[in-house]
Amino acid sequence: MSVTKPLPHDAARLHVTGTARYVDDIPTPAGSLHLAFGQSPIAKGRITAMNLDAVKAAPGVVAVMTAEDLPFANDVSPSIHDEPLLSDGTVNYVGQPVFLVIAESHLAARKAARLGQIDYAEETPLLTVDEALAADSRFEEGPRIYEKGDAEAAIDAAPRQIEATFEIGGQEHFYLEGQAAMAVPNEGGDMLVHSSTQHPTEIQHKVAEALGVPMHAVRVETRRMGGGFGGKESQGNALAVSCAVAARLTGRACKMRYDRDDDMVITGKRHEFRISYRVGFDDDGRVQGVSFKHYTRCGWAQDLSLPVADRAMLHSDNAYLLPNARIESHRLKTNTQSATAYRGFGGPQGMVGIERVMDHIAHDLGLDPVEVRKRNYYAAKSDAAPQSDNSTPYGMQVEDFELHGMTERLLETSDYAARKAAIEQWNAENPIVKKGIAFAPVKFGISFTLTHLNQAGALVHVYQDGSVHLNHGGTEMGQGLFQKVAQVAASRFGIPLELVKITATDTAKVPNTSATAASSGSDLNGMAVKAACDTIRDRMAEFLAERHQAEVSDVTFSDGHVEVGEARYTFQEAAAMAYQGRISLSATGFYKTPKIEWDRIKGHGRPFFYFAYGASITEVAIDTLTGENRILRTDILHDAGASLNPALDIGQVEGGYVQGAGWLTTEELVWDDQGRLRTHAPSTYKIPACSDRPDVFNVALWDEQNREDTIYRSKAVGEPPFMLGISAWLALSNAVAACGDAYPAIDAPATAEEVWAGIRRVRDGI
Amino acid sequence: MDITFLLNGETVELEGVSPTATLLDWLREERHLRGTKEGCNEGDCGACTVMVSDADGAKALNSCILFLPQLHGMAIRTVEGVANTDGSLHPVQDAMIEHHGSQCGFCTPGFVMSMTAAHANGATDHDTQLAGNLCRCTGYAPIIRAAEACEDKPIPTWVKNDRAFVLPEATETADDGPAYAPTSSDELAAVYAANPDATIIAGATDVGLWVTKQLRDLNSVIFLNRCDDLKTVEVTDTQVRFGAMVDMNTVGDTLSDLHPSYAEMVRRYASVQVRHAATIGGNIANGSPIGDNPPALIALGATLHLRQGDTRRDLLLEDFFIDYGKQDRRPGEFVEAVSFPRQPDTLKCYKLSKRFDQDISAVCGCLNITVSDGTVTDARIAFGGMAGIPKRATTVEAALIGQPWTAQTIVDAMTKFDDDFTPLTDMRASATYRLETARAMLERYFAESQGQTTNVLEVSA
Repeated sequence: MSVTKPLPHDAARLHVTGTARYVDDIPTPAGSLHLAFGQSPIAKGRITAMNLDAVKAAPGVVAVMTAEDLPFANDVSPSIHDEPLLSDGTVNYVGQPVFLVIAESHLAARKAARLGQIDYAEETPLLTVDEALAADSRFEEGPRIYEKGDAEAAIDAAPRQIEATFEIGGQEHFYLEGQAAMAVPNEGGDMLVHSSTQHPTEIQHKVAEALGVPMHAVRVETRRMGGGFGGKESQGNALAVSCAVAARLTGRACKMRYDRDDDMVITGKRHEFRISYRVGFDDDGRVQGVSFKHYTRCGWAQDLSLPVADRAMLHSDNAYLLPNARIESHRLKTNTQSATAYRGFGGPQGMVGIERVMDHIAHDLGLDPVEVRKRNYYAAKSDAAPQSDNSTPYGMQVEDFELHGMTERLLETSDYAARKAAIEQWNAENPIVKKGIAFAPVKFGISFTLTHLNQAGALVHVYQDGSVHLNHGGTEMGQGLFQKVAQVAASRFGIPLELVKITATDTAKVPNTSATAASSGSDLNGMAVKAACDTIRDRMAEFLAERHQAEVSDVTFSDGHVEVGEARYTFQEAAAMAYQGRISLSATGFYKTPKIEWDRIKGHGRPFFYFAYGASITEVAIDTLTGENRILRTDILHDAGASLNPALDIGQVEGGYVQGAGWLTTEELVWDDQGRLRTHAPSTYKIPACSDRPDVFNVALWDEQNREDTIYRSKAVGEPPFMLGISAWLALSNAVAACGDAYPAIDAPATAEEVWAGIRRVRDGI
Repeated sequence: MDITFLLNGETVELEGVSPTATLLDWLREERHLRGTKEGCNEGDCGACTVMVSDADGAKALNSCILFLPQLHGMAIRTVEGVANTDGSLHPVQDAMIEHHGSQCGFCTPGFVMSMTAAHANGATDHDTQLAGNLCRCTGYAPIIRAAEACEDKPIPTWVKNDRAFVLPEATETADDGPAYAPTSSDELAAVYAANPDATIIAGATDVGLWVTKQLRDLNSVIFLNRCDDLKTVEVTDTQVRFGAMVDMNTVGDTLSDLHPSYAEMVRRYASVQVRHAATIGGNIANGSPIGDNPPALIALGATLHLRQGDTRRDLLLEDFFIDYGKQDRRPGEFVEAVSFPRQPDTLKCYKLSKRFDQDISAVCGCLNITVSDGTVTDARIAFGGMAGIPKRATTVEAALIGQPWTAQTIVDAMTKFDDDFTPLTDMRASATYRLETARAMLERYFAESQGQTTNVLEVSA
């Protein structure tokens, strides 16, 4: 069996030799053109005059397009058609594309794009949560509210209450490969688009709308992305559509890639949140009721903000059984980049909210934060009697709760108790450098909350030489999806992995795909591929059974061979025989996730097929003079079910943790009072570097299979480990708490300056 | 300009290249070698890293901000050229596969090149060697495991061949402007005096961004990379003198014994790739208020050596910085060297930034305090990031000199920072944080002198 093997990424050899091809590496047809956007320098206003003569006259410029030049739809929104490709006369954020330059070279296009002379009637932008709230500027008619029981009454009736408000910053994806697309005009007005996208079908859809053609006239191909993290779920639309309309206009292939600064200024990021909480609890730290208010800064267009904000609400419980809960979510419209999908899709923000509450309760009571968390956990799967309440605030019973066992094992393997004591001693002896340690659990819901997206298709061919062509709707962004799914295919046919050719995602092979998002890639596409393989396998088995007068169930596929009765063929021989027997060796496969049903307005149902779990413990040190800090050690136990590929899964866990810790520590987005993003390059926006990973970094996988019937009983692993990074943020809070009596009340990200400010709060009351 | 270099073992002669064409664009667009990636186009992510060798050894460099003329006479390796000629992979490549060091793969060629250069040099301080390569997928752990796994693997023979590359004599051609590449400081003095509006390009770690980000056309440029006499380091009994073209890695190596705190700051200054290109003269002449060398050098009492034509003058480094964007440098005048007196090491450099490695300082405090018999006899304290220029804390210094070396003296002196500095708020830090941490750096200096643990980089779990 190929599944469960820790095989390298399928493209690893191509990666290390520089031969893995990304969109910008694809050889371009002769005469290809290059595009760049002229961007709005202001955050809000109307265009009163536009003079593009200098742009048109610039060296190498072939054409310049404005909204008026677009032949059909001027829209690149993935949701409610509120996002024009090029400004329709108003501008809504600094960086908004206003006109499109088509030039002979990338550099010529970039240079010309800066020469537009545009007059604006400036208006006062809404930039902050407070400004948007004051103006009641929001998406949807009012706040969404999910409720369980009577939270306010339960809080009031509880022995103790706490309330507070804190801020959670956004996050730039910083995929190493910036956004890129290329369109090649084909005969009869058809268009071939290469796009660095997590969502080829949506690219196809938006390009078709922009060209005024049916979707069948557009083919989108994506071999790989140089990182996605959610940032290529919808943000690639503008480039692909630009390339397509420019290719239509000029009849030449057109390519567009954002320079890094343009990428950071134009594209959306993780949503910023302000969270207010009020919690009532007993003297043992058990929550009686909790009320959250989420203020989500969505930016100027709706994009995916509603499901992001929903998912934040759906993770406001994280691992805890909340007898009474109320979550109120405000989706605020501001004149900033339209915030978009980012690994975790709101889940991390919601989870930070409740983890902050647990931390605050433990501090208030002087209890070990791990103990407070355990007391509030959902019941373990075996303990949950059917009639007892083990339900989330949205009415879903938690049936697969793994964290009791995981927590105990992690506390033991990390030597938590002894290290906590050692840290207390260190802090007593050291006035300047303080240490902190924290535990954080993760329970993350798996499925798209928009239920119809939980479907996938596959296309599998077996050639007469026994080699296999594999295609499915998922996209490869580094997570190893293609390899995992190939391992599934090889296992179904009982053949070596080398016989399976992994091929680029292609809307002409598998239609109507969902974005590779919500951690769903392996679950959905693995199952679809399994279905396709099994169809072919069943046909081959039936054919061979008939020929050998055997039962179909007696035909086996393993070790590269097909056995039927006494006969034993290589898979190649079996394929050749089936071909000669006129058996179809090509099949599609389809899968839709069972059991899920969800009403997002009522906030009730079963949005998730299952939950993936994880737990982490982080130890940090802080310099109390400056707030400088670093991670010293991290221990993680993560639940990937019965892992399809432990090496790739551990890679997701290690990488997810560091990215999550980066979000909550050094990664700070700063806008000025004009709405200009000041951190628009890696010189000013600091993702973790090599030395920022934990000195000691122990990662293990929890060895329980998924209780739900997923592909080989594995679990989704793309997003959940990201939230393990929350323990780094909590550990910093723990270290700051060693400086005085007050609660540190650290905002995120906990930059050195924020840690320093926290120290002043607890020590000096400033 | 006409230039010659070795690319993956093959001699390449180019005629009439644009002086500000970058190596990255040339590799990808002209040479169709697309393994080398553009990640940020400003030298901060390392996806474009190539290995460049000369007689001094192998260096990792960012090709996105390297102009082709800077490569004259060098041997370049790209990711396409590191595998062995028999098709077997370089040990670094094998290890990256075996240890799952790539996920999306886009940063991988850059990592492979940094690791190949480090491997060729026998360097095993992997975190430092790879500080200039960003990876968003792996969390770095598997990459470090790969780097460790191939430490003892053999170095390919091509590394030696690259180092042995010597330019054929015939390829030297005369400069005809508007791009100049003088081969000595005398030539430079003459060319610059005659073309005082030209832009001097030393390492191009800043000027590179004028081209790649500001999209400026530089009309006339003078490359200093062939001026070998500006690359000298002199350490005598009385002074340390760096020629303007001494790169920052060499500065760090030179200071590791003399002033280890300065050397540690240099270790965190940008990245290996940037330090290979960046020069100490460039960091000064650039006039940035957040360059890290000036405060350290000012604290050491450094003198700047300027030259204009045949005229030389010296001035105290702190006097060179007049105001934001304004230095005491005359038309056609260039930095020839910087020097400072040999002295007992009492210098501490505190670089405060959002990220430890490869980040621009929010505050860079350099404190050089001499205590004799319990009394402060001298204090030179300078800061970057606290004003429009690198600036001395003269009031604080005055509050220290002559006082007993006690906690009370420190507390008193800390109140004086407000008299010396009125810092700004920007995306790196608030004004309050800057001022308070500057104060705290004096406190830290004292605490260290009392043997206390103050550095989180020196603490382990």
